[in-house]
Amino acid sequence: MIEFKDVGLVYPNGTEGLKKINVTINDGEFVVIVGLSGAGKSTFIRSINRLVTPTSGSLLVDNEDILKYRGSDMRKLRTKTGMIFQNYNLVKRSNVLKNVLAGRLGHTSTLRSIFNLHKKEDVGLAYESLQRVNIAEKIYNRADELSGGQQQRVSIARVLTQQPKYILADEPVASLDPPTSHQVMTYLKKINKEDNITTIVNLHFIDMAMEYADRIIGMRAGEVVFDGPVSEVSESTFEEIYGRSIREDDLRGGADES
Amino acid sequence: MTNENNSVTTKKVPSIYPAKTKIQVTVIFFVVLGIYLFSMTWTQQQMVGGFSGAFQNVFQVIEKFFPPNTAVISAIWGPMVETIQMAIIATTVAAILTVPLALLAAQNVTTFKPLYYITRTFLNLLRTIPDLVLAVIFVGLFGIGLFPGILALIIFSLGILAKLISETIESVDMNPLEAMRASGGNVLQVIWYALIPQVLPQFTSLVLYVFEINIRASVVLGLVGAGGIGLILNQQLGFYNYPNAMMIIILIFVVVIVIEYISTKIREALL
Ligand SMILES: Nc1ncnc2c1ncn2[C@@H]1O[C@H](COP(=O)(O)OP(=O)(O)OP(=O)(O)O)[C@@H](O)[C@H]1O
Ligand SMILES: [Mg+2]
Repeated sequence: MIEFKDVGLVYPNGTEGLKKINVTINDGEFVVIVGLSGAGKSTFIRSINRLVTPTSGSLLVDNEDILKYRGSDMRKLRTKTGMIFQNYNLVKRSNVLKNVLAGRLGHTSTLRSIFNLHKKEDVGLAYESLQRVNIAEKIYNRADELSGGQQQRVSIARVLTQQPKYILADEPVASLDPPTSHQVMTYLKKINKEDNITTIVNLHFIDMAMEYADRIIGMRAGEVVFDGPVSEVSESTFEEIYGRSIREDDLRGGADES
Repeated sequence: MTNENNSVTTKKVPSIYPAKTKIQVTVIFFVVLGIYLFSMTWTQQQMVGGFSGAFQNVFQVIEKFFPPNTAVISAIWGPMVETIQMAIIATTVAAILTVPLALLAAQNVTTFKPLYYITRTFLNLLRTIPDLVLAVIFVGLFGIGLFPGILALIIFSLGILAKLISETIESVDMNPLEAMRASGGNVLQVIWYALIPQVLPQFTSLVLYVFEINIRASVVLGLVGAGGIGLILNQQLGFYNYPNAMMIIILIFVVVIVIEYISTKIREALL
């Protein structure tokens, strides 16, 4: 369970990234965060694994205030929260297997990882993860030989190999075309259901949010302006969140193609 | 004066440089020219027989170098190998020492500013001392031999390598580093898995390049007493044994060409 209690974040330059956020995310939920560019979606998601540190309030993950974490506690926190990025963030020159095995770093001792002494189970797990996102045949390809969609699947496999309790995905489909976007979202949803991993995804696209989310959180200017199940969401909800009428480019489209 | 004429006949096109700059440049040009002319006539006077005499002297000396004495090959092969070993040892040690220094001198890895600035300054200092000066100092400290030469080469190549590699590190894609940090990797793991693969090809290439420089530099360092083939060459020249010296020069030439060729091929394959 993740609990934001009056969480605020002011960046060093004075920008308020988050303002008095109060949100509770329950285990197993698939939450989509929507909001205009600059609304604070990334700041919200990156607070959970402490890539950024909120400056006020308390943020509980599994009943521990992670804002007090340092050193080894932080490593434990990050080991149980997997992250997926808009630009996949793979090591382009390394092969797919090595990239996926990097998901085990938090579970592996420094010495073992430096001498490439991966445990047999870890390699097995990596291969299994690649199979789950249907990309096992590319195991020895260099990451930069893959298409965007394939790279994002590899990055999902990396997160799977990490065996996290939470998955944070920051705009995972923003660089992909509509059919590939749906494919990636489908994998994320499937993993959420099969492994019961709590998943939080930032999305720009209204139609995708509606299609995959259990619950939608709307943000504007660092504040949560909507929070509710998808069943309660309509077009006017989005107009409220965005503070303007809905446009063509708020939709990804292409749902039927894949 | 011509300036004014031009501006009258042609339409008013402003000159790229203001008139004042033009005058200054012209004055400087003639002063420099004057210095050259003076120094030429002065050298002429100093040289017995003027320029033609000087050239004659050159030909006479060159003649003495031929034919090279092939018989010394077996004797100079040892020092030649020493020179190569000197370069290999120095490059290897420098390459190892470079790793921590380059990391500390890379702004994206060393976020602790004071440490970054101290390392940068230290590397800049290293690079201001010419290798020859280093060799002369070390020969003075440790006596004639390979050791001072190796030491001079290590410091010389460390300055270049650490600087170039820290710049390579600063240009890497930081995204994978963030991903590994986010998955719980510690600093060493992040560097090992996300940074090293990105800089390794450049690193190897630069080390080979510095090795090429070191081969040539170690010959020159030998001239000031830092062991190897340079030392022998210096001795032979001192004894006016030109055929032997010529053979040494030819050997150095061949070895340098061969090593540079191999190293270039490897570097091409890497990138
Ligand atoms: N490192 C930073 N330093 C200063 N201000 C920042 C920093 N990162 C983000 N901000 C500011 O904080 C606010 C929220 O940014 P954030 O990246 O969370 O928005 P976002 O909703 O993810 O936007 P986008 O959809 O464009 O990714 C913005 O005003 C942004 O300019
Ligand atoms: Mg963002």
